[in-house]
Amino acid sequence: MNISVSRRGFLKGSAAGATALFVGVNAKGVLAAGSSAAANTDLNPFVKIDADGVVTVIIKHFEMGQGTTTGLTTLVAEEIDANWDSVKTDFAPADDVRYKNLFFGAQGTGGSTSIANSFMQYREAGAAARDLLVRAAAQSWGVDASTISVENGVISSGGNSGHFGEFVAIAATLDAVEKPTIKTPDQFKLIGNEKLHRKDNHGKTTGTAIFAMDVNLPGMIYAAIMHSPKFGGTVVSFDDSAAKDVGGFIAAQVLPNKAGVVAFGKNTWSAFQARDALSVEWDFSVAETRSTDALIAAHQALLDEKPEFEIGHEITTENVAPLIEGASKTIEADFTFPYLAHASMESLNCTIEPTDFGVRVHDGCQFPTITRPTVAAILGLKPEQVEIKTLYAGGSFGRRANPTADYNAEAAMAFAVSGKKVPVKLVWSREDDMKGGYYRAMSAHRAKIGLDADGKIVGWDHRLAIKSIMKGTSFEGMMVRDGVDATSVEGVSESLYAIPNQAIGLTDFHNPVPVLWWRSVGHTHTAYAMETLMDMVAAESGQDPIELRLSMLDAAQPNQARMIEAIKHVREISGWKEGDKRGFACHFSFNTCVAVVADVSVDDTSVHINKLFMAVECGVAVNPDVIRAQMEGGAGYGLTAILRNQITLTDGEVDQYNFPDYELLRNPEMPEVEVAIVPSNGAPTGVGEPGLPPTGPAVANAIFAQTGTRILDLPMTKAGFDFV
Amino acid sequence: MQYQLKINGESRTVDVEPGTPLLWVLRDELELTGTKFGCGVAYCGACTVHVDGYPTRSCQTFVEDAVDSEITTIEGATDKVAKAVQAAWQEKDVVQCGWCQSGQIMSAIGLLTENPNPTDEEIKDYMYGNACRCVTYVRINEAIKLASEKLEA
Repeated sequence: MNISVSRRGFLKGSAAGATALFVGVNAKGVLAAGSSAAANTDLNPFVKIDADGVVTVIIKHFEMGQGTTTGLTTLVAEEIDANWDSVKTDFAPADDVRYKNLFFGAQGTGGSTSIANSFMQYREAGAAARDLLVRAAAQSWGVDASTISVENGVISSGGNSGHFGEFVAIAATLDAVEKPTIKTPDQFKLIGNEKLHRKDNHGKTTGTAIFAMDVNLPGMIYAAIMHSPKFGGTVVSFDDSAAKDVGGFIAAQVLPNKAGVVAFGKNTWSAFQARDALSVEWDFSVAETRSTDALIAAHQALLDEKPEFEIGHEITTENVAPLIEGASKTIEADFTFPYLAHASMESLNCTIEPTDFGVRVHDGCQFPTITRPTVAAILGLKPEQVEIKTLYAGGSFGRRANPTADYNAEAAMAFAVSGKKVPVKLVWSREDDMKGGYYRAMSAHRAKIGLDADGKIVGWDHRLAIKSIMKGTSFEGMMVRDGVDATSVEGVSESLYAIPNQAIGLTDFHNPVPVLWWRSVGHTHTAYAMETLMDMVAAESGQDPIELRLSMLDAAQPNQARMIEAIKHVREISGWKEGDKRGFACHFSFNTCVAVVADVSVDDTSVHINKLFMAVECGVAVNPDVIRAQMEGGAGYGLTAILRNQITLTDGEVDQYNFPDYELLRNPEMPEVEVAIVPSNGAPTGVGEPGLPPTGPAVANAIFAQTGTRILDLPMTKAGFDFV
Repeated sequence: MQYQLKINGESRTVDVEPGTPLLWVLRDELELTGTKFGCGVAYCGACTVHVDGYPTRSCQTFVEDAVDSEITTIEGATDKVAKAVQAAWQEKDVVQCGWCQSGQIMSAIGLLTENPNPTDEEIKDYMYGNACRCVTYVRINEAIKLASEKLEA
């Protein structure tokens, strides 16, 4: 990495006149964000140290609760030996060069990559800052740098000591080393420290943390949009005469793309009221007009035909068929999965403010790399005229990262038709958020597995029908290979198990309902199918579910070895025994291995989840408590979905309105969770998503163990179960 | 129309339409944005404030019905119980996205004010109405226990 140093303050808010030390990556002449004359030479840093000694870590990712703010701060504070309690954080501006996600090549958060991609980068930035401060102190005291030690934000040598801020003026005149020395794991004080508290704790417990929806600007007006009740509908005409009776109503306009009508009001409430009073005539000629049952049947019908794509080229659904037909025993299973809404607690919203240079977008911005050019194109601006002000996001689960930047685009269109004179805040009501599409895709799986007389798998035919997330988006080139959207089949196609003769067939479903990644993406359904099938194999062949998995993993393969460790850890903490009536599942996703044992009680059709045991192998644990929290949260988010959540359509219209008909998991329903983190010195891997995929099938397998019922159609309420 | 409200011990005058929910008066008119919008139908608890000391859903409280009451929002939650709850939340690292947490905390303050030493079941029952999409419930319950212990000590 190329580290450079600058005393020029790009970040707004650094004290005027006072010298501050910035450390970040050099863009080598590539334009930085902003349009000031200094943009060429300015530095967008990772670390800023002010004259008062306060260290600010610049977070290139956004914070939706996953803990990245705390994680990136840990990496810098560790290497610089800062005092944890005096380190502050700030969100980075849009900058695809310096603030890119090193795994994406552009600025964005997703795929449980924030710590994994930043691990060396932020540590090296911290180490470079430390080295500069040490050399500055050496120069200032006239001592050799090797005599200097740094601890808790204090630099000392013999009788000399001082805080970081005392040396920033000199440090900012020095050249950073290109490859700073970073710590070895035995030197870690903060990485792996159980006692570090989250950096967003104070703001989020006192009501002072500012989220996107909390933005209030002088002269701001509020916008609410009437969307088409059917996906793909467009506005023919509208009548706002009833809206004119709403106090605080300002005006209504058709969006330039005809996808809706925006109502402006003097506050959120008046905008909502006015929007609700609009009468709109729609053109549904290309809209989805089917109901859920017909959509499920249409997915299943695709499974009856030859798959559109074969994932493996040697083993195909065609040549695996005779192996399965000739088997002693066969297992057959048809799975269906519903549409799911992300339903973040902070509904979607975005504020656009006119500035001297263009506009400022206030957003819990997950993909600045998409939001910026999208907003710029709608407003006829250059991307560099669009400033992104990233604020806390009240959840996302994937929804705020959209290749179409849909709600940012809507805010830009609303701002455009408002006349572009005053800030416009677009707010989606809960109903807008629930009915707004970009759901976890509906899908159908069909599997046929052949077992020999000894219960060994001889052939596995696995077919999926699902709408592609990536096709038709700017991500298609990166994520679609030979016609296959990797996110449609991930989790089946990259299973760690040594499955002999596994054929995977995929057929794309096409319809106007927009779909999107939803916490753990394809793994939301593939893990459920795979781990239910593995449990079926175990039951049919009379094997212990854990022993079966272990027999299909090879300790000589690194990721399989990691999974073996996770399985052994969860077996230990759960006290799993032969003939156990609990459920087991494990899954590899986002380069992380998670194994789960679910303890449930079933009374007739009433299910109570008593406890979840989880073991995670995610490389080095940067913030163990954040990892535990993500396992708890991922499990809980997954539970709600498998138990009772579904978005259904009647004649193309979404049936659900709000939380009463899309019931989130409630406090008394959340089981106790015990998490074991497998010790590792490997590079850190994802934790935001991997807790979710194995939790659902572990519960399903527990229900089977107790009742003999396999639940293949989700949510589980469709099978007559309820959860108490 | 003008309304005079008593919020966090101060008298505030707002000019809004009759029937405007207190939630939007707080957030849009008074810039007290610690109180959050979650569902608008009093079903998730994100908008919980105290009205005359009782946890109340501000999204279903009309401004005209709040004029004679003492309203406390998260910004004004500064009494002994509030401090203990917030400290416990920080100690247990409860928050994730944080959007529901003002409401969770206002409910928890209500619980401990009413019942300083709740059982596990009483905590779960009382907190049922506050939804958390990040599913931080395990820690919420631990934090309430901790705050209760600190207050009792």
